[in-house]
Amino acid sequence: MAITVEEVFETVNMTLQHNFDVRTVTLGINLKDCMDRRTDGLCRRIEKRIIEKGLALNQHADLIEHKYGIPITNRRISVTPVSLLLEPLPKTISTAVRVAKTLDRAASKADIDFLGGFGAMVQKGTTAAERNLIEAIPSSISATKRVCGFLNLASSAAGMNMTAIERFGHILKKLAERTEKGIGCAKIAVFSNVPEDNPFMAGAHHGTGEPDFSLNIGISGPGVVRSVIQNNPFCDLTELSEVIKRTVFKITRAGELIGREIADLMGIDFGIVDISLAATPAAGDSVARIVEAMGVSRMGRPGSTAALAMLIDAVKKGGTMASGNVGGLSGTFIPVSEDTGMIQAVQSKALSLDKLEALTSVCSVGMDMFAIPGDTPADVISAIIADELAIGVINHKTTSVRVIPVPGARSGDIVPLGGLLGSAPVMRVPQKAAKSFIQRKGRIPAPMHALRN
Amino acid sequence: MTAGKKKQGSQIFIVTVTGKDRVGIIASIANIMANANINIIDVSQRIMADYFVMMMGCDIAGTDISLEEIQRRLDTAAKEMKLNITFQNETIFKMMHRV
Repeated sequence: MAITVEEVFETVNMTLQHNFDVRTVTLGINLKDCMDRRTDGLCRRIEKRIIEKGLALNQHADLIEHKYGIPITNRRISVTPVSLLLEPLPKTISTAVRVAKTLDRAASKADIDFLGGFGAMVQKGTTAAERNLIEAIPSSISATKRVCGFLNLASSAAGMNMTAIERFGHILKKLAERTEKGIGCAKIAVFSNVPEDNPFMAGAHHGTGEPDFSLNIGISGPGVVRSVIQNNPFCDLTELSEVIKRTVFKITRAGELIGREIADLMGIDFGIVDISLAATPAAGDSVARIVEAMGVSRMGRPGSTAALAMLIDAVKKGGTMASGNVGGLSGTFIPVSEDTGMIQAVQSKALSLDKLEALTSVCSVGMDMFAIPGDTPADVISAIIADELAIGVINHKTTSVRVIPVPGARSGDIVPLGGLLGSAPVMRVPQKAAKSFIQRKGRIPAPMHALRN
Repeated sequence: MTAGKKKQGSQIFIVTVTGKDRVGIIASIANIMANANINIIDVSQRIMADYFVMMMGCDIAGTDISLEEIQRRLDTAAKEMKLNITFQNETIFKMMHRV
């Protein structure tokens, strides 16, 4: 059956009026075979590979953008967790920083805005190289522009590495102090159950179960979903769920087509489509506004968690019908600073840190891009992280924390972070939390339901 | 010839035009297509109030010009006539609207 004029204009309006885009194409690159006992050898090989593949990614993404008329907003690279590459090298901070700088330079030469993978999987324990990487985070992330880091600190199978969680509170504060407005902290996220094929920054990396290359695609379109909800003001929630599913089906199909074609052109495996609704500071590109369009008076007030849960479920169902390769985080992000509706919710006191945590028990990621006063004690930051990761561990889902302790800021301040990172309202945090609990360190054992074998 | 125009998949592109109606919209787009040796295979248009809405199917198999250049020429026309013009391979519409 031929495509009708109405169908054509539905698609055209998605991009022209509702900011529909392919948010990111992220090329996963295996660097394990670049490993060397000498730092020079490693750096030379990874730089060559990243530049070559990064330039090809940009070239092919441009072609497909022109062919289908759907903007591909970001082209990114994720690499093998860098802690693995550091294993055979001298355990010094300067070695880790040098590798980070090499990644940064390669990304810059390939015109790639962010490169993810400066991180480690330490959910159960930490090797000497991983400990070195963690200690090198403040110097590495502050000395580079494009490198993003991640740490998997907990999982449903292994439990929670509380020694690393305790340490990370101090590391994050050091990083915040080394960068203006603590902005370096926007480039590192800590996780439970981190997906190894997630195309979105800051947590993107090319996991050890991945092939040599893999092309992953992150689609978005909160504006499109909000617009169909607004066009259906009177239908009941069952019908509304159907409306959302149908819309997400369409945008996921576009993502699948574009991802497959870029992968074909590059001669590599197509990985996954991540169907996360991801906000940007642009007007109309807000997830909070979707929840409000559903009928909640302000994001964060009672009703928000149920509405968000329904939204995410409908997004997942529409997405899985559209693509056999749905993966990554797939759901909905609720970063505070990047979403105008979330910022307004915090400013109007509808959204507190407690409610943000509650929302993340149903959203696809976690407590993302929120600012707290820079004088928040390290053990309080560790306790916030521990709470959030515990939600993931017990519920077999991914959760993450990306928090910015802004030096000198007080709760109620607004900190402009610039560009896609938006503006962060500084949230109120208690000065006392669970110091003795956090300082016990050790590992919280895996939950009972991890023993499913 | 660019890789995006390799003989793979559909060579049919859909042009859409929306904006305030005026003399010469179709003529101008048809001219761009003819100069690029692109064959127009289908046109449907309607005018709602003063608003012009057009969809044109065209076959780019005969052209040597890159997609980027065609897009650029259409963008120039869009600016001159204060219209929104899009140019997209038809596969995107099939993927999004057909199971």
